[in-house]
Amino acid sequence: MNAASLQSFLAMGGYAVYVWPAYGVFFIVLLIDWLAPQFRRRRLLRELRARMARQGARKERASSPSPLRGEGWGEGPRLP
Amino acid sequence: MANWIPLWLHKLSSPPVFYRFAGVLRPWAIALAVLLGLVALYGGLVLAPPDYQQGDDYRIIFIHVPSAWMSLFIYGVMGVAAFIALVWRIKLAEVVAMASAPIGAAFTFITLVTGSLWGVRMWGTWWTWDARLTSELVLLFLYLGVIALYHSFEDRRQGARTAAFLALIGIVNVPIVHFSVVWWNTLHQGSTIKLLGPSTIAPGMVWPLLTMMVATKLYYVASLCSRARADLLALESGKDWVRQIAENEVRG
Repeated sequence: MNAASLQSFLAMGGYAVYVWPAYGVFFIVLLIDWLAPQFRRRRLLRELRARMARQGARKERASSPSPLRGEGWGEGPRLP
Repeated sequence: MANWIPLWLHKLSSPPVFYRFAGVLRPWAIALAVLLGLVALYGGLVLAPPDYQQGDDYRIIFIHVPSAWMSLFIYGVMGVAAFIALVWRIKLAEVVAMASAPIGAAFTFITLVTGSLWGVRMWGTWWTWDARLTSELVLLFLYLGVIALYHSFEDRRQGARTAAFLALIGIVNVPIVHFSVVWWNTLHQGSTIKLLGPSTIAPGMVWPLLTMMVATKLYYVASLCSRARADLLALESGKDWVRQIAENEVRG
């Protein structure tokens, strides 16, 4: 394909301002649709790992005696 | 029906099995969709001759018409899945119905925007309240309604069942969109590709159109797999199989 035919291809017989935006919308909308669930899946797994880590830490604290327990200090300091 | 088919379907509808199945299917579907899409684009934008009346402006057809077909096809799938979800309360059917809605909305949006860009020169207007255009806009609102209703419930499964009910009622709009160009005198042209009887379109324009139709169908399969996987993880986040995936992915 030489430069002149490429130029005429891009010009779309004078309809370039309608044809190319239409194709642009098609690809941009589908790209967003394609990426959104993948980010969501990664976020869900990240949140689940954080929750599992919190649960694991709580279990560990429950089994190891806290220095503050039994002296009127309640459950001991809460980690965020 | 052979006995192994329901058995196989029953197995596939279990969330961990479907999650793995969708994970295998997804890369193949998207690869094939992109490949066929590129072939269709080359055929439609380069090889196909300009239209004798519309010049090169008609080339919007190669995305407009496949997107319009998908907007109806996905609604049909969503309706069937919604029916199964309401009658048999199968979790996977709820997931498929709710995962289909955003993809269908995306294709409906593309249909409306590309149609508008096409109409502005051919009809001299961006928008008109014609039967085909109006019913397609109603289709977009139905999709958005299903999505909004689904997300307005704290309990995801209850939300899915309520939204499935709306999806099922809205299915009456699908034949209205399809037959609107026959039932009413509209500005929108009638179908040029017919299942019954000869098509009234040049063969050089038909094959890119049909190739793009297959590509968009495959894209839907791939996107549905992506969304169903994420939804299944969210729904079953307390279960062991999801915890195992979370643990394995941090290492991998």
